[in-house]
Amino acid sequence: MSIQSSVEVQTEWGIVSARQAGRNLAKEIGFGGVDQARITTAISELARNIYLYAEKGEIVIEAVEETRGTQKKKGIKITAKDRGPGIKNIREVMEDGYTTSGGLGAGLPGVRRLMDDFDVDSVMEEGTTITAIKWLR
Amino acid sequence: MHSSVVQAINDHQEQLVSKWKEEMARVQEEYFKNSLPDDLVFTNNEEFIDVLYSSVRLERSEAEGKIKHFAERLIQTDWPLSYFTQGMQAFRRIVTACIVPYINNAEEDSVRLSVEVEEWVDAIVNQLVDDYSDSWIKTLELQQMALNELSAPLIPVFEKVSVMPLIGAIDTERAKLIMENLLDGIIQHRSQVVLIDITGVPVVDTMVANHIIQASKAVRLVGAECILVGIRPEIAQTIVNLGIDLSTFPTKSSLRKGIESALELTQRKMVQVENGAEWRA
Repeated sequence: MSIQSSVEVQTEWGIVSARQAGRNLAKEIGFGGVDQARITTAISELARNIYLYAEKGEIVIEAVEETRGTQKKKGIKITAKDRGPGIKNIREVMEDGYTTSGGLGAGLPGVRRLMDDFDVDSVMEEGTTITAIKWLR
Repeated sequence: MHSSVVQAINDHQEQLVSKWKEEMARVQEEYFKNSLPDDLVFTNNEEFIDVLYSSVRLERSEAEGKIKHFAERLIQTDWPLSYFTQGMQAFRRIVTACIVPYINNAEEDSVRLSVEVEEWVDAIVNQLVDDYSDSWIKTLELQQMALNELSAPLIPVFEKVSVMPLIGAIDTERAKLIMENLLDGIIQHRSQVVLIDITGVPVVDTMVANHIIQASKAVRLVGAECILVGIRPEIAQTIVNLGIDLSTFPTKSSLRKGIESALELTQRKMVQVENGAEWRA
């Protein structure tokens, strides 16, 4: 499968279009209503982080497949890339309630719970790449 | 513009116009893939060339008025701006190619002549672009205004009870409006209970939740109570997944249940009346 879309996030409108692209692809892959809401919310959180902390970046949404033995599973992969300041202390950021912007501090730990696979790769002063996958059950 | 250039453009009108029309037919075919209706292309081309020629003859302010009028009419029919810019560029190419050799005698410097043609064409292009972008900005502003009016209405439904139905995505700008309208409306309508209905909000992420929590805190400060209604099952699940704590926040699944508890909070309730009894009374 090679369905992939990339959305530039630089304004709040970018967040909305990233969300829209995610919802469309999730629907296409065959996710149900609840998982569609989870996926769009996760995209929303990641896109908002880009907008708030890195000013600009991109969200790439793609369909993925994995074969384990005879079982084939489909999923959706979200990659949030930016060249922002980077995350200083990833462990702190992944704790519930930690915030530097006066928000709820539930963004990244929330995304981890909303999705199945979750990975943060961040280098100070160079940028952050976050990938998250939700598998279709 | 130099009189010899004007003279040459006028003298060669027929030749220039027919060449230009050929060029425009190519633009319509290659650039627009023949997507523009032929009859409109024909009438617009006629008017376009007429406007161009009159801009040579008329005084500057008069010509500007004429271009503006022409542009306005075509903006209303959604005619593409690139058609004009392509048209002007084609005209410039043709004029430079035809005219410069013609008047290129010892006294006239061909470079200066083409600069004059360019300045004349550029002024018209600039005006067209300005007219178009002005109209787009105006449309955007009007839509923004319409959006703001629809954005966060507070509707008094009963004495002391108001409802704010939210539809569509919530961004920072809108969150600010929600807060302002809530607080102003509560004072204005003397509401004791406000119901915030999020049935139409597609995504409730931490930012949206945070804004709603902040708004309800502010509502409490002005002496009213806030109830969140219209939480769809999938939204409820994502809120729990995100780990947002709304346990101190009164919530109800539907607007109807919310109104019932709002009436309760203001010591009232809805009752079924006897058949037709209220009409006799």
